Amino acid sequence: MLATTVRVTRDLDVAEECVQEAFAAALTDWATGGVPARPGAWLTTAARRRALNVLRHSGVERRYLPLLVEDEVAPAVVDDAHGYPDDRLRLVATCCHPALDRPAQVALTLRLVCGLTTPEVARAFLVPTATMAARITRAKKKIAVARIPYRVPPAAELPGRVDAVLAVVHLLFTTGHTAPAGEELVRRDLVERSVELARMLRRLLPRDPAVAGLLALLLLTDARRETRTGEDGRLLLLEEQDRTRWDRPAIDEGVALVREALRARPPSRYALQAAIAAVHAESPSWDDTDWAEIVALYGVLTRLWPSPVVALNRAVAVGFARGAAAGLAALDELAAEPQLAGYGYLPAARADLLRRLGRVGEAREAYTEALLLTENAAERAFLDARLRALG
Amino acid sequence: MTKYLVLIYEDEAQYATATPEVYGEIMADHDRFSAGVEQHGAKLLGGEALEPTATATSVRGGEVTDGPFVETKEALGGYYVIDAPDLDTAIAVARTVPARFGGVEVRPVMTFD
Repeated sequence: MLATTVRVTRDLDVAEECVQEAFAAALTDWATGGVPARPGAWLTTAARRRALNVLRHSGVERRYLPLLVEDEVAPAVVDDAHGYPDDRLRLVATCCHPALDRPAQVALTLRLVCGLTTPEVARAFLVPTATMAARITRAKKKIAVARIPYRVPPAAELPGRVDAVLAVVHLLFTTGHTAPAGEELVRRDLVERSVELARMLRRLLPRDPAVAGLLALLLLTDARRETRTGEDGRLLLLEEQDRTRWDRPAIDEGVALVREALRARPPSRYALQAAIAAVHAESPSWDDTDWAEIVALYGVLTRLWPSPVVALNRAVAVGFARGAAAGLAALDELAAEPQLAGYGYLPAARADLLRRLGRVGEAREAYTEALLLTENAAERAFLDARLRALG
Repeated sequence: MTKYLVLIYEDEAQYATATPEVYGEIMADHDRFSAGVEQHGAKLLGGEALEPTATATSVRGGEVTDGPFVETKEALGGYYVIDAPDLDTAIAVARTVPARFGGVEVRPVMTFD
């Protein structure tokens, strides 16, 4: 909706306002007249109409509004499935323009393409909301004032944009896969949006191994969606999940993509993460999991793409491959990592290892700390149950 | 169309030690650059080369000091003003600005209606 409306207003802020007004109008309209057959189309049309009105009534003010430049002559990328130029790709390409730094690119895409609120984007990045709000405002201003064009870049420039777009799509997926806050563990809308974007990139760049790796990672991870929570909404660990209910077609597609993606030298971080997901997906049971292989893959990933979160996951894998004591030692090396301060998975992982080592008092403290750091209801219930089970 | 200022930042020491041949090449590069701007769909509105920062004088709060306002390894040594439809075009033009001892910065010029 926003992407289509921006084409009319050529101004991100005005477009956002029009979209919000359309939603507000829909609530009133639909309450009396019922929901239309195609609510999405209704909303988009309403937002566009508002945008046109704004433009008509703001002849004078408009000169003060720095506009997004729309490139009418660039060949539009046509989305095969629908046969129309995909405005979202245009919006993503604009948000990921090289004239914006990476944090700004990701923040803008999550905010504008995917409609996350600023606090949600802030949580996805582990930064305060005020910091994120300032970052988004600054980026929007640069797009407008420096006239970053609103278009899909020409084919020659597209691969250069891919890295940024992939990072953005991946973060979008992880944010949806475990929603930062709320009752639902998963925000299906975000997950589906990210998979769609990844498929679109795959169609556009069929020979790009990083694109293949990312799509594989998303498919393999999301293949477990039906089994991640129990009947009662309880969070189920990989260990407890019913593997017969994993999405086999998605796994098969993901595994084929991983094979292709791993042929690149060096492999992309996404291909390696997808390979780890594939080890789980192809393992007939939890007890058969090849943890040594997973630790080795995390080792390569750490060398190619050092990150505290990857190191945390590696430590957890070490805990299964070589025992809880070895895992705890690996984890404790990360205790002073500033980027992990306030990251709930660190105390949660510590708590589990301490529990397995029978260090009940310390485990209890770690679960309590992890509880303070998540606002996702399913995660909270899980941690709370573990804490109570310790007695 | 928007005006952009393209600021050329380069290592002055390299210029100080450049041979006449290198100077000649750089001059020819700038001539070629100027001739090529229009093919990007942009216009060259102006530009100048500056004398080195050793000749600069700064004034702050009425106080006059010898030297540039900010000391940097790569100093402002010249500029162009171009008119371009969008940032992508401005960047495409900026890529062709000769700056073998450094690089350039692209800044949109503020408009007052």
